[in-house]
Amino acid sequence: MRFPRTIGARLILVVTLSTSVIFATMLGFNHLRSRTLIEKEVAASAHNLALASANRVEAALGSVARASENIARHLEKHGSSDREVEALLRRVLEDSPEIHGAGVAFEPGALPGPVRPAAPYLYRDGDRIKAVAPEVDLSYRYQDRYQIAHELGRADWSEPYYREGGADILMATYSVPFYSGIGEARRIRGVVTADISLDQLTQTISAIKVLETGYAFLLSRNGAVVTHPVSDYIMNESIFSLAEAADDSALREVGKRMLRGESGFVPYRGFGGAPARLYYGPIPAAGWSLAIVFPENELFAGIRELSVTVAAIGLVGILLIALVVVVIARSITRPLHSLAIAAGRMSGGDFDVALPAQTARDEVGDLSRAFAAMNRDLQVHIRDLVATTSAKERIEGELSIAHDIQMSILPKMLPPFPNREEFNLFAVIEPAKEVGGDFYDFFQLDENHLCLVIADVSGKGVPASLFMAVTKTLIKATARMGLSPADILCQVNEQIARDNDQSMFVTVFLGVLDLRSGDLAYTNAGHNPPLLMPCQGTPRYLPKSRQLVIGAMEDYPYRAELMRMAPGDRLFLYTDGVTEAMNLQDELYGEERLLSIGSGLQHAPLVDMVEATLANIKAFAGAAAQSDDITIMAIDYLGSRNQAKSPAKDATSPDPLQ
Amino acid sequence: MTMKVPTPLLHWMLGCLLCLLCGVATASGPLKKASFIPLWLPQAQFAGYYMAAEKGIYLKHGIDLTIIDGGPGRSPAEYLRDGRADFAAMWLTTALQRRDEGLPLVHVAQVVQQSSMLLVARKDSGIRTLADLDGRKVGLWGGDFDIPPRSVFDQHRLKVKPVQQSGTVNLFLRGGVAAASAMWYNEYHSILSAGMDEDELTVFPLRDHGANYPEDGLYALQETVARDPQLVDAFVRASLEGWEYAFAHPEETLDVMLRVIKEAHLPANRMHQRWMLTRMQALMRPTGGQDGVGELKRKDYQVVAQELRRRGLVREALDYEVFVKAGRALP
Repeated sequence: MRFPRTIGARLILVVTLSTSVIFATMLGFNHLRSRTLIEKEVAASAHNLALASANRVEAALGSVARASENIARHLEKHGSSDREVEALLRRVLEDSPEIHGAGVAFEPGALPGPVRPAAPYLYRDGDRIKAVAPEVDLSYRYQDRYQIAHELGRADWSEPYYREGGADILMATYSVPFYSGIGEARRIRGVVTADISLDQLTQTISAIKVLETGYAFLLSRNGAVVTHPVSDYIMNESIFSLAEAADDSALREVGKRMLRGESGFVPYRGFGGAPARLYYGPIPAAGWSLAIVFPENELFAGIRELSVTVAAIGLVGILLIALVVVVIARSITRPLHSLAIAAGRMSGGDFDVALPAQTARDEVGDLSRAFAAMNRDLQVHIRDLVATTSAKERIEGELSIAHDIQMSILPKMLPPFPNREEFNLFAVIEPAKEVGGDFYDFFQLDENHLCLVIADVSGKGVPASLFMAVTKTLIKATARMGLSPADILCQVNEQIARDNDQSMFVTVFLGVLDLRSGDLAYTNAGHNPPLLMPCQGTPRYLPKSRQLVIGAMEDYPYRAELMRMAPGDRLFLYTDGVTEAMNLQDELYGEERLLSIGSGLQHAPLVDMVEATLANIKAFAGAAAQSDDITIMAIDYLGSRNQAKSPAKDATSPDPLQ
Repeated sequence: MTMKVPTPLLHWMLGCLLCLLCGVATASGPLKKASFIPLWLPQAQFAGYYMAAEKGIYLKHGIDLTIIDGGPGRSPAEYLRDGRADFAAMWLTTALQRRDEGLPLVHVAQVVQQSSMLLVARKDSGIRTLADLDGRKVGLWGGDFDIPPRSVFDQHRLKVKPVQQSGTVNLFLRGGVAAASAMWYNEYHSILSAGMDEDELTVFPLRDHGANYPEDGLYALQETVARDPQLVDAFVRASLEGWEYAFAHPEETLDVMLRVIKEAHLPANRMHQRWMLTRMQALMRPTGGQDGVGELKRKDYQVVAQELRRRGLVREALDYEVFVKAGRALP
């Protein structure tokens, strides 16, 4: 069976099943328990019924037995001529209607005169009493009714048998031996017999009322059927042959118990194999056994009716429960279902959906209300998101423009001075994602002097880029006035620091190169030390700056340093985006690494060297996001034309730095 | 409305009918009247004969057979002697004795090939071996049925107190005798059907104690055999065929036997008759096969004849050929 997929069906299945199991268990237990109780009661009443019935049978048998005993005692005391015996038998038959026939069988020689067969027997034929013809031989001595009493020397009931030659009916006979003499001289003289008709016994037994369809039957000492509602069983069957026919060893065991004179209450198969209970008990006077059959369908009719009624009530109850479960399940699943539909439509962007009633004060109501609130909030959020997104897009667009503007104010012409042969200059800026504050600049102050600027504004974004623009413009404007690097930066610092509410600052390296002599006057305001790569010798950093950044403090006295570049020397300027480039392991690129790459590319062409360095930095950073602008500017001093012809210094040329 | 049948066809049909009747008559000859008395009351011990009569097997063999009710006081030998029966069933021992006494009877078929008689005692009476019967009361039947047990007592030098046993085992069941005579196919089952279990009984099969004498056989007077040997052959053949039918159709046979038994006002119990029929089959075919059915083995005959003579029950041991009609009737 496939487990149902909907909550409702599952609820109904599980609740109905478990209720049914509980109910069936209770019903079964109740039924069995009641049966046990009833069985106890029935056993008790069966016992009483059997006792009463046994008494009736015993009464019938007893009067026959007493009559035989009386005849025997009479014969022991009085005369026994043929006439006297017949008169005696006739009287007994007349007095005792329960006796069907009576006789006396004598031992040979018990009667006076010659040995002759003598066994007078009188029996009833309707209202008349008849005598059988005299015996012709002594074979009567070997009949059970004579021989058993004779051999055992005591009175007893015979097995049921059919008596031919007179009575011609089914009967059982009580036989009493009688004697002459006392002690040693005691001799058996014969056997008195009195018969009871099995028809009569059957009437006695069938008068026993056992429920509606129950019945009783008698079994002989051998287990043979003496009376039975099925008349064909009488004398033909025994309880053992019935057991054999039914291949029922338990019934055979019951039969043996009956023969031992025990009583009991056992399961039994009645007519047509219908289940029944059998009570059996002894009839001590005859050594027989009385059996009473109680059909189970009658015994347990009451409980069955009760159980059926209870089962019907239970069934109705289970149906009611199922109905209630259906109602409850639908009250849950219906809103859930419409919520599911609503959620589906909302995911498609349709917030104008019908939600189930939110009035219920249960979990479903809570869910429904939460769902409605979510719907409202979602709409608000989406509206906000749309606004935010458009604002962000605008800002991003503006930032992009700002970036473009920033980039556009950097000098681009490279090579910038194609008509100058004294130097080669190359610069790159690799902007980070965000607008940054790096910039570089170079311009000629006059025919023989080249100003080089590289700077890095603190912070990022639009403020930094604006600050950078201001600084660059200030530096360029101030430098035009022909001042020395220190004076230029002093003035620029003066301008910037004065109204620096944002506390922004900028590191600047500014140098002025005399193209004729290679003299480089420079001021380093908190910027990274440039790398000098001389034509002869190993690359080295210029000394670190000990001067404050621009914008930090008003009236700061910047000083200039002086050095001379020989023709072929190369100066490598950069911002902290180079040395502070980070890889995924959070390692810095560092000055050592820069120095080492610079040494390797010392004599490479200028553009190749710069681009190789940039590529090396990028390779180092790998997948790590670039957090700062990377700006490099490098210059090769090639020497003046005059100098190339005569390397001696032209001492006459004016030096703007002096 | 009368139906017109074409005359030639009518002639042809009549002719056929006539031929059929003639055919039956010529196959069996004119029906011969005959009578048979079994050695006891009607029961499955004689199922073969009752079924042969019931199913028309005797008629088929040209015999109009009457089965006389046997039973106590009806000696088959006397019925033969007086001409009240043409055929009789007897034990071999009885027949030999009667022949010795001058009754000119001849053995025509042997039905029960071995002894099926038992002596049965209760275990709780302390009887475990045959010797335990010494000095005890033992039920013995009259009518020559005591020859095999007495032979056993004789061979084992036992002195028992014989008590004449009636047609029932009630005296034994009540404790009147220590042991009872019982036929394996009859009284033994009666004892079991009175609530005694097999393990409560000590059973001495005479077969195992020196008296394995063949029992039921079929006999006729010499005169009958001489006068109409075909009748004798037909009777034997039909009887054995009746047995085959009975064994092949046990339930039908039991129905018939129960009916016959009830008609005789005797206790009729299907389980008992079923037991008896099954045992008869084993006794008629000790080897299970068909060979030797109906035949009296020369060796078996001689054992019985010698024993009877030794015990003085017959004056001389008759030759097999004299006593037994040559087995032409046998299959």
